[in-house]
Amino acid sequence: MSGYPPEMQESIRLVEATRLRRLKETFPTMSLEEREQVLNAFHPDYIKEKMRAIRVGVSKGQRMPVELADIVEGRPHIGPDFDLSEPFAETDVLVIGGGGAGASAALLAQENGAKVILVTKLRFGDANTMMAQGGIQAADRPNDSPAIHYLDVMGGGHFTNVPELVEALVMDAPFVIKWLEDLGMMFDKEPDGTMVERHGGGTSRMRMHSARDYSGAEIMRTLRDEVRNREEDITVIEFSPAVELVLDDKGQIAGAVVMNLETGVYSYIKAKAVILATGGGGRLHYQGFPTTNHYGATADGVVMAYRVGAPLGYLESMQYHPTGAAFPEQIVGLLVTEKVRGLGAQPVNKYGEQFVYPLEPRDVEAAAFIRECKERGNGIITPTGQPGVWLDSPMIEIIQGPGTIKKNLPAMVRQFGRFGIDITQEPMLVYPTLHYQNGGVRLRADGSTEIPGLFIAGEVSGGVHGHNRLMGNSLLEITVFGRRSGRSAAAYAQQVKPGKPTLAHIEAWNRELEEAGVDTGVISPILLPDYTRRV
Amino acid sequence: METEKQSEVTEADLIPVYIMGKRYMVPPTLTIMKAMEYAGYKLVRGCGCRGGFCGACATAYRILGDPKLYFGLACQTVVQPNMYLAQIPFFPAQRATYDITKLEPTATTLFSIYPEVLRCLGCGACTKACPQEIDVRAYMAAGMKGDIATMADLSFDCIMCGLCAVRCPAEEAQYNIAILARRLYGRYLAPRSKHLEERLEEIEAGEFDVALAELKRLSREELVARYRARDIEPTEGPREEED
Repeated sequence: MSGYPPEMQESIRLVEATRLRRLKETFPTMSLEEREQVLNAFHPDYIKEKMRAIRVGVSKGQRMPVELADIVEGRPHIGPDFDLSEPFAETDVLVIGGGGAGASAALLAQENGAKVILVTKLRFGDANTMMAQGGIQAADRPNDSPAIHYLDVMGGGHFTNVPELVEALVMDAPFVIKWLEDLGMMFDKEPDGTMVERHGGGTSRMRMHSARDYSGAEIMRTLRDEVRNREEDITVIEFSPAVELVLDDKGQIAGAVVMNLETGVYSYIKAKAVILATGGGGRLHYQGFPTTNHYGATADGVVMAYRVGAPLGYLESMQYHPTGAAFPEQIVGLLVTEKVRGLGAQPVNKYGEQFVYPLEPRDVEAAAFIRECKERGNGIITPTGQPGVWLDSPMIEIIQGPGTIKKNLPAMVRQFGRFGIDITQEPMLVYPTLHYQNGGVRLRADGSTEIPGLFIAGEVSGGVHGHNRLMGNSLLEITVFGRRSGRSAAAYAQQVKPGKPTLAHIEAWNRELEEAGVDTGVISPILLPDYTRRV
Repeated sequence: METEKQSEVTEADLIPVYIMGKRYMVPPTLTIMKAMEYAGYKLVRGCGCRGGFCGACATAYRILGDPKLYFGLACQTVVQPNMYLAQIPFFPAQRATYDITKLEPTATTLFSIYPEVLRCLGCGACTKACPQEIDVRAYMAAGMKGDIATMADLSFDCIMCGLCAVRCPAEEAQYNIAILARRLYGRYLAPRSKHLEERLEEIEAGEFDVALAELKRLSREELVARYRARDIEPTEGPREEED
């Protein structure tokens, strides 16, 4: 029995009717001019009225999605008179964020002599790290080198990446693999110990290490377990997101105010150094896009760091993955791997016709899907109003032989199978999904920022990936810069001379908003999206 | 918003579900998680990745008139009429602390850190409760034999939601025991990679420093030219591009 409703099945009949003919047809690739055209007209980053410059702060003029600009320009949860005189806790290093970057940072800070508190919005490990399937890059095979990895990263990022950050990324990469292995992570290996490594988009060597299709989950649960084993030095506080950073009267970081999500109580955690590892902002649903991100991805770190004066960068580019699931409703936005197209499945419209070359660059492919649905009206509309195009997976078995899908796409088969859709027999409905925040708070190679004592790691930062991140470089980034920021923060905490904590920056921020006439009506960070029904 | 949107349904289509005993009418197409949000809950506990990977939304339920107890992830399970729902966002489970660098990958290690492994009754309640369809009983049986490699392999897809522990009459916290086995395997039993060790030595000897320094100095035009001139390692399978 098909998991698709009758009206969608009608369209599937058309897809089936054209399938044999399409097997012999190759849709032409776009010229550079055509690419430019479709990007300009339909890629979310290029829609001028959906982006705007922020009007206050040190990076005034930086363009970003309006939804992000509204919260970056928001008002703090607390006032400048919030009482800092009796901290709820004190520590050397406060890590904000319980994903892979935060966990890595906590471990390295502890190893370098710091007492650490790690606060996290939801549970420790509820993070995008957990959801990453594909793998982690590291140039460790004889035909590869950090230099080749460097070139791949720069090219992927349209050559806008910060060179020192890319150097750190590629040179640390093999050490990170070794570190994870020593912690007990189970990488995919040949019987003789050789790592199983594959290509990713934009790689010139096979350097994608994996742990089945649970690469990120395996990293996250291993790091989390290790943090928990060091409970004497690392205190983990869950359901306590930070809402505001605190400076001292010398302009150095002095901790953060956190909110107990369950009681609503705000409290001050005093710290000599802070590591921001709060991840990205997919749950802001820019331009209404669904997302691959976890529930707590609301760009909190960008908001908090900016308010104390840390410059931002690269936030005008977000990564939209062309193939997010568009049906069934239960999995809308979740990633459908690019491998499906790599194996031969064509994207087709509601009439069963091709409209784009299957493997255009990711941003171009995504824009073409949007054009097909929004401009040409050739998308399929689901019962909940979600548009999408077909990804004709049954072609794979015709081209590559029976059994190919089950062998190569087991996670996809399971994911759709739960809802009565057999992707070996029926196509998948897909639509671009908000995947990654390329930019963020500007990062230095040692994990530091412009604010003394404030360190950052992971998706919250900007500069490593330039304007486009390659697959397998985010699991790498969180571990490389998590480790670097942890080490740097511990060293900093040992020598800093703390001043008197103050929230004077809130006063200054509020004044600047007023003088600029900016009032977005938002209290930020927003912490969680609101999906409750409006009655 | 194109996502997380609530289905447009008429009153007649709605079905009753009971959230912690309280009745709500919800659209029949929703997952348990989205049905709770439809009912007005803004979730704090029991909601994480919303994609079946993090294990935050373990849920137990019964259907009116059916004596059986069911389990699932709220983000992956569709509601049914007269479902009685209780989320289990937290369960007190035994977890040992240990120094992974000071252990041996042996049965003795497993039994000394988690002596309760040997109390497993082999009843299989854990396997029935697992939303990942892992044969928890089988990996516990491997654990009782001290077979760390098998325990690591069979438990690999575990998302640590804790439903196995909730159901265990022997009061085991299987998922915590399993991660010890996986870490012992990964650190001590998995074959080491010679090519990785060699690369680390090369980097430490500074073998790539000159090349990197040169690349960093290149102008954009020179860098683009180098990038275009890269030779691409041939591959048998398709290329992947995600995450």
